[in-house]
Amino acid sequence: MQMTYLEAIADAMRHEMRRDDRVFMIGEDIGPYGGAFKVTKGFYDEFGAKRIIDAPISEAAIIGSAIGASLNGMRPIVEMQFMDFITNGFNQVVTVAGTTAYRWGLPVPIVVRGPSGGGVGGNPFHSRNSEAWFAHATGLKVVCPAFPDDAKGLMIASIRDDDPVMFFEHKGLYRKIKGEVPEGEYIVQLGQARVVRSGTHCSVIAYGSAVHMALAAAEVLSREGIDTEVVDIRTLVPFDQETVFQSVRKTGRALVAHEAVLTAGFGGEIAARIADTAFQYLDAPVRRVAAFDSPTPFAPTLEQAVLPNAEKIQAAVRELCNF
Amino acid sequence: MLMAREFDTAMLRLYRQGKAFGGVYSQLGNEAVSVGSAYALDRDRDVLFPMHRNIGSHFVFGQDLDQLMVNHLAREGSQMRGTDGTGHYADPARRIYGNVSHLGAMIPVAAGFSLADQLRGITTVSLTFIGDGGAQVGEVHEALNFASVHKIPLILIIENNQYAYSTPNSLEFACERLSDRALGYGMYGTTIDGTDVELVYATCLEAVERARRGEGPSLIETRTMRMRGHAEHDDFSYVPKDLLEDWATKDPVETYITRIVRDGVMTADEVKALRETTLATMIASIDRALERPWPAPEEGFKNVFMST
Repeated sequence: MQMTYLEAIADAMRHEMRRDDRVFMIGEDIGPYGGAFKVTKGFYDEFGAKRIIDAPISEAAIIGSAIGASLNGMRPIVEMQFMDFITNGFNQVVTVAGTTAYRWGLPVPIVVRGPSGGGVGGNPFHSRNSEAWFAHATGLKVVCPAFPDDAKGLMIASIRDDDPVMFFEHKGLYRKIKGEVPEGEYIVQLGQARVVRSGTHCSVIAYGSAVHMALAAAEVLSREGIDTEVVDIRTLVPFDQETVFQSVRKTGRALVAHEAVLTAGFGGEIAARIADTAFQYLDAPVRRVAAFDSPTPFAPTLEQAVLPNAEKIQAAVRELCNF
Repeated sequence: MLMAREFDTAMLRLYRQGKAFGGVYSQLGNEAVSVGSAYALDRDRDVLFPMHRNIGSHFVFGQDLDQLMVNHLAREGSQMRGTDGTGHYADPARRIYGNVSHLGAMIPVAAGFSLADQLRGITTVSLTFIGDGGAQVGEVHEALNFASVHKIPLILIIENNQYAYSTPNSLEFACERLSDRALGYGMYGTTIDGTDVELVYATCLEAVERARRGEGPSLIETRTMRMRGHAEHDDFSYVPKDLLEDWATKDPVETYITRIVRDGVMTADEVKALRETTLATMIASIDRALERPWPAPEEGFKNVFMST
């Protein structure tokens, strides 16, 4: 059925909570209020106060207690009201959750999810794209869906995964993107990239909101005779590099795009792996389109200027095709 | 308590001999706290989240000496496969979940362990610890407040051993007693002499009973003296000698031995024999551990994830 990106996420969580009583949610204002973005609207009425836990504004206690509950057999879903606030719980995620399998051989099946990303006038503290921090941290899976069906399928897979999963929802996509979503059980395994547009001249490798920018760019470029392939990696960890290499072998050109800032972003990792493994297929250097290295500014003029967009991707693809 | 004492002194010797590496964190002076508190729990249903100066509690929860030794010395057979050392292991069967080096980080985790059972309608008391320095970490505040709001059966012992590495109490906090903070969290709090094992036990037992009645968490400050440096590399010359001498007269192990001999629980000869047996047990365990090889290097590449 047709669902928004937000509805698909809620649908996945509701499905898992009905199926498995080990799944519970903890976060801020997620109970009767239904969450700042209303992702958990109706959950409190259906599942009650024990399974939809409103916690104090204490990100470390929220994530830490979820870790403890997971060590005792539960499968908690943690909502960060904004993913920016993960900085207040960073120690729990990186120090405790991300090292437990390695040190103890014990699963920490938690999902830490919430709205990330800019483009909505959120200011520097409600707009950050921090996924790369967690890809660098070791021991954490990192998921960044771009479409409603993926959001559902990846969420169900994340809840059932035995490792801690950082699930980055893009708040700009919540209600803007609508699509067909399979009803009931629908799983998209982590670590599988998807070619969302087939093309022959240049590959754009992206995730999250940048996938939509790339698709918009590809439409414009097609009118100029440039046939762009768009690969949505969907998860940063695990990273499906084979699908990326396959695309680059076919097109001979690679542009990596993400909304997060450029320096030390995950795009650098993707570019390095392409250079390592698919160098002989490249007809042009690997380029990146990403945000300017600054906090995300508040005023629309500034925010639009620093964030990537379809036009910046178009320009970069043209350059690569004329290299 | 003797096992804890001998384990610690053995580790100090091994460190000097270059056979133990990394940090060797002694609990000398803290035995009554870790042993007395752990005895107040039911080890079949409750759970222990020890800190780095709580080796005694591991024994109370039934941990095998050889296993502890192998874990500390990071030899093949370590419960951490060589990925980490000291008391940082977890042993779900014995209901022990070790600490990480980031002080305070495991307190919300301990609360969450009990929370899971609370959601199932079961009361599982979590016992955990922090120091006079670690108590100043923000996560401790968050965890205590969270535990109190949700009436989680958590017991936090703040082991005030006077120094946080080299920093004295006066530079760590400005309140009179660290347990005064309990009032602000709406939970029970008390400060006790941490050298008296029976007092520690009785105080913790009351906390366990409160928790089982659904009255939530307790905060217990135990006053002791850290009789060694932060770890064995540290000569703790910043601690006044007379302070150490004063506290030495209150040695928790020796004062308790004096008491039980006086009360006729054990004779002096029995105590002497027990000391000798304990030492011999320790030496034999060390020998067995040191005979073990180092973990295979390929272990370092395994198990970053449970599933890929």
